[in-house]
Amino acid sequence: MNILDPQGPIGAADTAILIDSVAIMLAIVVPTIVAIFAFAFWFRASNTRAHYLPNWEYSGRIELVVWSVPALTIILLGGVAWIGAHQLDPAKAVEGSAKPLTIQAVSLDWKWLFIYPDQQVATINTLTVPAGVPLRFELTSSSVMNVFFIPQFGSMIYTMNGMATQLNLRADRPGTFQGLSAHFSGDGFSDMHFDVHVVPSEQFSKWAQDASRAEKSLDELSYGEIAKPSMKSQPAVYRLADPQLFNSIVTQKLPPSPGAQAGVKGADLPAGVADAR
Amino acid sequence: MLGKLTWDAVPFDQPIPMIASGVVALAILAVLGWVVIRGHLPYLWREWITSVDHKRIGVMYTLLAMVMLLRGFSDAIMMRAQQSLALHSQGFLPPEHYNQVFSAHGTIMIFFVAMPFMIGLMNLVVPLQLGVRDVAFPTLNSVGFWLTATGALLVNISLVVGEFARTGWLPYPPLSELAYSPGVGVDYYLWSLEISGVGTLVAGVNLVTTVLKVRTGGMNLLRMPMFCWTSLATNLLIVAAFPILTATLAMLLLDRYLGFHFFTNDAGGNVMMFMNLIWAWGHPEVYILVLPAFGIFSEVISTFSGKPLFGYRSMVAATMAICILSFTVWLHHFFTMGAGADVNAIFGIASMIIAVPTGVKVFNWLFTMYGGRVRFQTPLLWSIGFMVTFIIGGMTGVLMAVPPIAFVLHNSLFLVAHFHNVIIGGVLFGAFAGYTYWFPKAFGFKLHEGYGKAAFWCWLIGFYVAFMPLYVLGLLGMTRRMQHYDVPEWRPWLIVAACGGALIMCGIAFQIIQLVVSIRQREQLRDETGDPWDGRSLEWATASPPPAFNFAVLPTVTGEDAYWNFKHRATGQSSPDEEPEYRDIEIPRNSATGFVCAFFATMMGFALIWHIWWMVAAGAIGAFATFVAFAWRDHDEDLIPAREVARIDRSNRAQRRAMIDKVLEKEAAE
Amino acid sequence: MSTVALTDAAVTEAHHGSAVREWSGPAPKRIVTGYGFWIFILSDMVMFSAFFATYAVLLGQTAGGPTGHDLFDLRNVAIETAFLLASSFTCGLASIAADVRNTTWFQLAMAVTCALGLGFLILEGQEFASLVVRGAGPTRSAFLSAFFTLVGCHGLHVSAGILWLLTMMAQVFTKGFRPDIQRRILCFALFWHALDIIWIAVFTIVYLLGSAK
Repeated sequence: MNILDPQGPIGAADTAILIDSVAIMLAIVVPTIVAIFAFAFWFRASNTRAHYLPNWEYSGRIELVVWSVPALTIILLGGVAWIGAHQLDPAKAVEGSAKPLTIQAVSLDWKWLFIYPDQQVATINTLTVPAGVPLRFELTSSSVMNVFFIPQFGSMIYTMNGMATQLNLRADRPGTFQGLSAHFSGDGFSDMHFDVHVVPSEQFSKWAQDASRAEKSLDELSYGEIAKPSMKSQPAVYRLADPQLFNSIVTQKLPPSPGAQAGVKGADLPAGVADAR
Repeated sequence: MLGKLTWDAVPFDQPIPMIASGVVALAILAVLGWVVIRGHLPYLWREWITSVDHKRIGVMYTLLAMVMLLRGFSDAIMMRAQQSLALHSQGFLPPEHYNQVFSAHGTIMIFFVAMPFMIGLMNLVVPLQLGVRDVAFPTLNSVGFWLTATGALLVNISLVVGEFARTGWLPYPPLSELAYSPGVGVDYYLWSLEISGVGTLVAGVNLVTTVLKVRTGGMNLLRMPMFCWTSLATNLLIVAAFPILTATLAMLLLDRYLGFHFFTNDAGGNVMMFMNLIWAWGHPEVYILVLPAFGIFSEVISTFSGKPLFGYRSMVAATMAICILSFTVWLHHFFTMGAGADVNAIFGIASMIIAVPTGVKVFNWLFTMYGGRVRFQTPLLWSIGFMVTFIIGGMTGVLMAVPPIAFVLHNSLFLVAHFHNVIIGGVLFGAFAGYTYWFPKAFGFKLHEGYGKAAFWCWLIGFYVAFMPLYVLGLLGMTRRMQHYDVPEWRPWLIVAACGGALIMCGIAFQIIQLVVSIRQREQLRDETGDPWDGRSLEWATASPPPAFNFAVLPTVTGEDAYWNFKHRATGQSSPDEEPEYRDIEIPRNSATGFVCAFFATMMGFALIWHIWWMVAAGAIGAFATFVAFAWRDHDEDLIPAREVARIDRSNRAQRRAMIDKVLEKEAAE
Repeated sequence: MSTVALTDAAVTEAHHGSAVREWSGPAPKRIVTGYGFWIFILSDMVMFSAFFATYAVLLGQTAGGPTGHDLFDLRNVAIETAFLLASSFTCGLASIAADVRNTTWFQLAMAVTCALGLGFLILEGQEFASLVVRGAGPTRSAFLSAFFTLVGCHGLHVSAGILWLLTMMAQVFTKGFRPDIQRRILCFALFWHALDIIWIAVFTIVYLLGSAK
């Protein structure tokens, strides 16, 4: 999950800006820290060779430098921030080798639901994507706030009930990576990690075809069951029976899912104790 | 009859809170027992609990902070221990406990350690530095302290009666709404902070008025010590920001208690609005925490370098710039919420701009040391530790102000490392520097220097060992608040971090030992003259501890570093200084208003949490009655007759003359 | 305190007209008290600003329920405004009476202020009650939550003001116009007038703008 080992263009750009910014700032920070130690040591009271300037408290030239150095650094970094914020805005589409793949993500308590509307497939806690293809995420939450984050692919984004956020990523190399929720959402929060399988395009098509014939089907009814609070959910694959499911969640046609009063499956303590007070 | 409160509220089946509260209860009983049996209760009531003297209130605030530091720190140790163990494992803290532990840790550290510590030091020092007898509103000052203590009390009661919030230190909805947090935990948090928030606001109004309207003659604003400037900026921020917190938490309370829809998922509630409101308070809050520390460092570095502060006017400008700019950056706490490129970029740039005045301050401290005679006593060690550590923390902050970097580091342990870097390196090191520096002024004897140095080194090294690994973990993709994880690469770093926590614990142990030893050795450590550090500002012109009236005659000031100039002019003159004309002095009379009011506030808070409505009404009536009783007071001042003032002052001046003679001898010998 | 030497020097300097205007020492109690209370009022206005901002954000969130246009009765609001503005006038009379230490006029003016304030509160209470009965209570939608909170917060402040007002009447009745009571009257008057200012913002932003559509 190493951010310094990005696996796609967004992650690579985010990390490049990180390293560049650190370098720019170290150029100021390191000399300053050295100066702190140097001045403190040289002007220690026991050093009779140091000149004591008991009334020296102002120098226009030093003031000029002291204000300019941080100001110039910030102007430089500010430019990086402006350009970077625009180029890497999550809603900005990413280029790639094919038409973008739309994935609708819903954060539930406490697992992730991924809907592939074009492939008529849905999964829980596992994501399979084709390499090199732009990924267009639309995200929402069934209840509380979460954050969708695959560290090695780059930027994260909040999920919130009653609205949809957007995120554009791309994975360049086949492999298995990790994703998680990066915003605390309750007792089962630590279980909200998921595998991300990046596969060659043909393999993805095959996977999608097989998955669309899965036994379990996802519609409003089965969604209602899934949305109940549970911990340590196992990865699962569904056939998408209701292509408007995501929309229904976003527009709150399906009301927000209930909290843990309903009892939490998979918790180590019986549900009653957790809610006794 | 008792609302929602039943015996189920006490977690008899959970060993950790039961043992912890048992130990605390025993400690409290032991201390109380000792106080009562030794007959100290009347003294305690008369001289401390009902005191309206800023020096006493300042000490009590600081004591509250240090006690709560122990509580907050034990939460930290539990968190580090849990995360060291919890690879492919549940550890020893199930989620519902772990979530309370980190929520309590943050809440306590910010609201009941950092804030009271800073407010305590400001209370103790600012009137002395301004050359006056007390703050503008002494009784209100007492009310503010006791309401803060009420908040701390309520949070701690939640350990044993009920539960605490499980939302993190900021209760983001919808998680904090009734639907997803049905228990009393969030209510404990909300009422505790609403009550102590009133206390904080009161302190803010008090100190702003004091700095702007209650200064001794000749102390123009640009002759004030730097600590008074940062106190002004801090309290202006308190006055401007805390009402936002009050309003926002009130809205969440209305949602939870009366079914309103500010932040609910349904009926049009808007969770993003909570984020905006709470961080519009939250960002100024961190400057409220750190600005007093900046002031402390200005005082300490100039005193222990034997030079005036470099670039005083620049520092003033930088302080007030930080004050204003702190209101313009709040969105950087949620770049990843999807506000769009323009908005993100603007707030990113604004967040960097605020780094400029901060950088200016660091350079000015650097040049204060230049040309000085630097004495490496404990307060200065804390200052140098601060300068280096805060620069690193500031750097990581500016990093996270670049939106694309925030897109990968938001909410990660990198963020956690950053804010601990600036809060521990800035606020806490400043608090410890100020504690050591002003301890002799408050109590009349210095703290043991050897243990002070040991504590410093343990804290400094411990901090780096505990938090540098967290930067790495953030880069390795670990997010915050995880109760367990299954990424093996993370564990070694977490174990190192736990070792850092253990080192810090040694630092705290040394601080406790230092206090005990210093009290025992107080005669050897006695501050005879009131000026143990060769200070520059007016607090060092008083005895240690100062008499109740601070100054027999309010001094008249003609320049910056008022006391330093007087000292060095006086040693040049051979004529002895004349005795002033002593007059009667009126000082504010003690009052139980603050304590009694806080008692009723505690009653109301507890009753509101548990829905005991009759008790709420009783508490409200009691609080109102307390104010009415205070208003009906006929005598609100005590008189200290001129001859008593003279007696006290003469003995102080004799000691001071002895010191000046010693300085004269030394200069003659050189 | 051996700064008499300093004191004399400074006095000499000041009398010889130094260029810098010297700070003359701690301000008198009345000024300190008034100043501090102004700072408190500013903080209260910040709190109201937060509620105003919230109201603005949630204005459109009616959850399919009634809007301001459907609910607001401008005639009622006009009467409430008249009561409150008049009460500010009578409060001003009370301040003047306190300055000249005229107990009768003070108590009279305060009593009228109290009556006008109570009148305001009764009208507002009736408005709230009727809204709740019509199913437009604060739990109906986010817009209504914001409306009730903003206007209700102002009403709570007026209620607290009336409690304070009665307390001040009792204080003057039992103890006369002592300096500390005079300072409290000053603070009360500042508070009461500030509530008027907030009300002007409320009826403009909430009622007038809200009825427009």
